[in-house]
Amino acid sequence: MSIGQGTESPNQAAHDYLAEGRTVGFFTDPTVCIGCKACEVACKEWNMVPDDGYAWSGHSYDNSGDLGASTWRHVKFLEQDLAAGNQVAGPMTVEPGGEEPFRWLFVSDVCKHCEEAGCLEACPTGSIIRTDNGAVFVQDDVCNGCGACVVGCPFGVIDRRPKPLPGAGGAFKCTFCYDRQAVGLTPACAKACPTESIQFGPLDELKERAAVRVHELRQSGFEDARLYDAADTSVRGVHAFFLLLGDPGAYGLPPRPEVPTVHLGPAWASALTTAVMAMLIAVVAFALW
Amino acid sequence: MAGAGGGPGTPGGAQEDRERRLAELREEARRTGTVSAPGVNVEGGPLPAGSTSGAKPAGYYGQPVVKAPVWTWEIPTYFFVGGLAGMSAVIAAAARFIGHDAATSIAALWIAAVGAVISALLLISDLGRSSRFLNMLRVFKRRSPMSVGAWTLALFGGLSVLALTLATAQRHLLSAGGGSGALAVLVSVSSLGTAVLGSVLGTYTGVLIGATAIPAWHRHRVLLPAHFGIAGLGSSAALLQLLGFHRPALVAVALAASGAECLVGATVELARHGAADRALRTGRSGALLRLGGLLAGPTAFVLWLMGMLPFGAVAFLLGALVSRFGWLAAGRASARDPQSTLEAQGG
Repeated sequence: MSIGQGTESPNQAAHDYLAEGRTVGFFTDPTVCIGCKACEVACKEWNMVPDDGYAWSGHSYDNSGDLGASTWRHVKFLEQDLAAGNQVAGPMTVEPGGEEPFRWLFVSDVCKHCEEAGCLEACPTGSIIRTDNGAVFVQDDVCNGCGACVVGCPFGVIDRRPKPLPGAGGAFKCTFCYDRQAVGLTPACAKACPTESIQFGPLDELKERAAVRVHELRQSGFEDARLYDAADTSVRGVHAFFLLLGDPGAYGLPPRPEVPTVHLGPAWASALTTAVMAMLIAVVAFALW
Repeated sequence: MAGAGGGPGTPGGAQEDRERRLAELREEARRTGTVSAPGVNVEGGPLPAGSTSGAKPAGYYGQPVVKAPVWTWEIPTYFFVGGLAGMSAVIAAAARFIGHDAATSIAALWIAAVGAVISALLLISDLGRSSRFLNMLRVFKRRSPMSVGAWTLALFGGLSVLALTLATAQRHLLSAGGGSGALAVLVSVSSLGTAVLGSVLGTYTGVLIGATAIPAWHRHRVLLPAHFGIAGLGSSAALLQLLGFHRPALVAVALAASGAECLVGATVELARHGAADRALRTGRSGALLRLGGLLAGPTAFVLWLMGMLPFGAVAFLLGALVSRFGWLAAGRASARDPQSTLEAQGG
């Protein structure tokens, strides 16, 4: 697929991935994103995610703030004092003494649907499950709002929805439009994206496309183009991966995300040692005194 | 179904309308470049370079990378009460089997049983959907500390009430000249079981917050279970003292716990975890942690050493409670600080 296929794009076509049992994903490419927020609106409207208010942030055009219980797609607007490939920055940035480099990037962030998902592991009720297409899904009718998943996510995606919004008290995040996928439709965000910055499809195909795209960009002077897919971390890869220009940290993404279950071993070892020590202290105390 | 409903299954032509709406959004975006809706606002614009003075904030506009815990006062209070209850069962068993002190043992079992009930109420009250508290026991997940804890508390609560009932019955029967061998076995088994579960209940809370994405917590994943367990043990000895049990063994346990709390405080102060330390040493969370550490550590230790039992006990209990609130506050502060997360999960 190339940019600008319009209604011919695979994003618009019906599919049968769920029935075929294919692992699907999102590939989000900020280099073609125009920052229109159609994905945010489509997500909110399709999933009936409530309006969670408006606070003007002053951070470029980003007033959505962050991913959370009522924001499942979030377009970030980065302003960087860097050259954007071979582009010449416009007259806006010209100052006495020469032109200042300026790179303005938009990227639509979303739940990463981790291979090793911290939220899923932490969930004590079994509300958070892995669906048959590889996504991580919250069963709202099971969730009791304990909050364990909120601190289990290394990306800060899932959150508990506050009162008085509908569904308050439960944890919410991107569902990967499981309901749409079940009937062969693409997720609402990908469907509404006018530039195919959000691409939906089988994960293996997306990865091939992404590798080609990174190569293209590097050839055209965008030397810091890279993929962000957490493949070589304890998260063991994500189903929603990104093309980034430069440091992931600038996008608010942890450079090397870690699933919190890596801490379980040392923590439990300490807990059990302490449990034994407490018994010993009590036994010795009552034996001697 | 996700969220508040919708999607396929919506009757009639509504679904087709909604699908057409997505195509319209796409077209609108293509044509005008922006789309907005309630909750999605597009006002703003890029700031000219050089218009912001000073150092740029870390990450994306200094915004948090991970979400702050949603837990409120119930959870640190539960850490305190649950630790106290759990470790009381340990003291009850030691008093029974080693000290042959039925009075102290039964008093400690009372603390365990009442503490378990209060703990459950606190946890249910903190849930976003309290009426679904039974879902906690819907599955058992070994890798979810919350699941392990819910099961531990449920079993501990039941067993501690049973142990208390049996031990009390045995005591009355013995004073009346009765008491059977079978009852003695039951009392022993239930007391031991309560003690084992209690020692887990008193320490797992450190695992619960240690195995998270919050830097100030997971950097101390080894310290936290030890800290919470020790604080629970000392709190139990302290409360028993306040209830009028002055056995030297309880003072010995108290001194061991407050001494260990001094080491915990020193460990936190000397930690070198970069930005994650800020939450533990500055602001409200730092103040709470230091106050709690000083009360439960050196203050209680010295007071107990000087034989001022009630004062040492009050200082330790207060310190244990305050430091639990300090850890929650530190977790919140740490989550808000993108630099600590980017360091902890950095390249």
